[in-house]
Amino acid sequence: MAPIKFDNRESGNWNMSTQKMVTPLEIRRIILEQSKRAHVGHIGSALSIADLIAALYESVLHIPDPDDPERDRFVLSKGHAALALYAALFLKGWLSEAMLNTYCADGTYLGVHPERALRGIDFCSGSLGQGLPIGAGAALGARFQHSKRRVFVLLSDAECDEGSLWEAVMFAAHHHLSNLIAIVDLNGQQAIGYTEQVLDLSPMAERWRVFGWDVHEVNGHNLTGVVSTIESLDTLTGSPHVLIARTVFGKGVSFMENQIKWHYWPMSEEEYLQALEEIGAA
Amino acid sequence: MRGPFIKTLVEIAERDPRILLLTGDMGYMAVEPFSEKFAERFLNVGVAEQDMIGLATGLAEAGYIPFVYSIVPFAVLRPYEFIRNGPILHQFPVRIVGTGGGLEYSTNGASHYGLEDVGVLRMQPGITVIAPADYEQARTALLASWNLPGPVYYRLGKDDRTVVPGLGGQFELGHVQFIHQGTDIVMIAMGSIASEAVKAVESLATQGVSCALVVVADLNPAPTADLVKALSSFRVALTVESHYVVGGIGSLVSEVIAEGGLPCKVIRCGVRTLPTGITGSQNYMLYMHGLTGEQLAATALEALR
Repeated sequence: MAPIKFDNRESGNWNMSTQKMVTPLEIRRIILEQSKRAHVGHIGSALSIADLIAALYESVLHIPDPDDPERDRFVLSKGHAALALYAALFLKGWLSEAMLNTYCADGTYLGVHPERALRGIDFCSGSLGQGLPIGAGAALGARFQHSKRRVFVLLSDAECDEGSLWEAVMFAAHHHLSNLIAIVDLNGQQAIGYTEQVLDLSPMAERWRVFGWDVHEVNGHNLTGVVSTIESLDTLTGSPHVLIARTVFGKGVSFMENQIKWHYWPMSEEEYLQALEEIGAA
Repeated sequence: MRGPFIKTLVEIAERDPRILLLTGDMGYMAVEPFSEKFAERFLNVGVAEQDMIGLATGLAEAGYIPFVYSIVPFAVLRPYEFIRNGPILHQFPVRIVGTGGGLEYSTNGASHYGLEDVGVLRMQPGITVIAPADYEQARTALLASWNLPGPVYYRLGKDDRTVVPGLGGQFELGHVQFIHQGTDIVMIAMGSIASEAVKAVESLATQGVSCALVVVADLNPAPTADLVKALSSFRVALTVESHYVVGGIGSLVSEVIAEGGLPCKVIRCGVRTLPTGITGSQNYMLYMHGLTGEQLAATALEALR
């Protein structure tokens, strides 16, 4: 079957939806709607970062246009939560509703993991441990070009199992990449277990600190706290920064919170209706 | 090839400020012409090859053309998935420079050999794979390819002096080099071992066998039309590589013959067994794997019998 032809990155005809507020509620609503329609999982991981994505896309990231070379860069290193990012791109007006509704359909540009072919996505991701090295390279590139643009990398906590991540942690600290801001989605959960039981990562903040990073522990569901912490960072001199963001896996949907099942599981009709109600979108 | 390659890179970098050179703590007495001239465009990232490819990916997105440098297995195999998901998937102009292809690291042993690099990279659509046969060709190949829009892998030999007779530094993207005419059998060589193939051709000539010789330096995308042309008038082809026989030039020639339905038998000369345990000089290792000029000539004679 031939792939369905949608407008892609090259078509230049993208501003088809109007910009809306990027709110946690809207992101969660879209996560639930699209997951249900496509009958796919990774719902809990996406809900976990809904507030962080809202903070980034509503208040933090400087992106006048997704193709502006001087825009801040964003790497969703935990690519499996891409639906939260697609929701933000839609709310920003960079992705049409018709495109959003192709999530995980045949021929879509919106797969489970993000692809650069989609306008608004800076880097492909999906393989854990690769986002921070790429982000460090992007930050180094900005430094070489005497640009003030910043690079944000959103990591999962279990991703910190990957040795390659620590290669980049060392590199960024050694080279004082103050324009690099990592955010660890510390929800304590990985694909088929809890981090504490699989490979204990505590004390997370201390690990980053001893590697030379400027560490900030925040509540990852407190928007104003996240935004004000990022605003306080010196991104022109000094160390790279990391926000250790305590989050709840599946945040907002009681039966998903802290449940391993919701890493992969899709929702039934009943579960979907209950979930919508619980987040306040029914 | 390393010295002339880096010197050529310096020439290019003088003209184009996008050129960067990153190394994974390798290249002593090789990278200095670049690092001394362009200190601000050179970076030793440490012994961290995965990070190095990730960094290059991020730098390429910012508009740079990063060259990353290490020994073949550390440049290609350690960060293989990073290469796939980074420069290849993004189609970014990252240049991966692997030095010491095949058995060139001799007594350093199996950990340092590069026997599957061409195979694993040739498998990926979207990366140009170049294995020059001598330093002159390495220079020409770099000049022809440094500005390609997608990623490139350069498999370099360590020998900065030996020249493959008849090659004259020729290189053209998408093409092979026909360096010796012959009528009885054709030898198709990849990389610096082409100089052993030349010895075999000369030896065969003294024994009354007319052997053609083709050098393949641009392996991906495959120079299919040229290979069909090279193979179509022979009933036996001998492929020569310091690489496992799976994945490299032997596999490529077999694919071209099978897909083209050519009436030609292939004898794949390369490494067939794990090179563990015993080690030695490169010549010794080539001998152990039947890849010296004399052995190649004997294999050709056997094939024609």
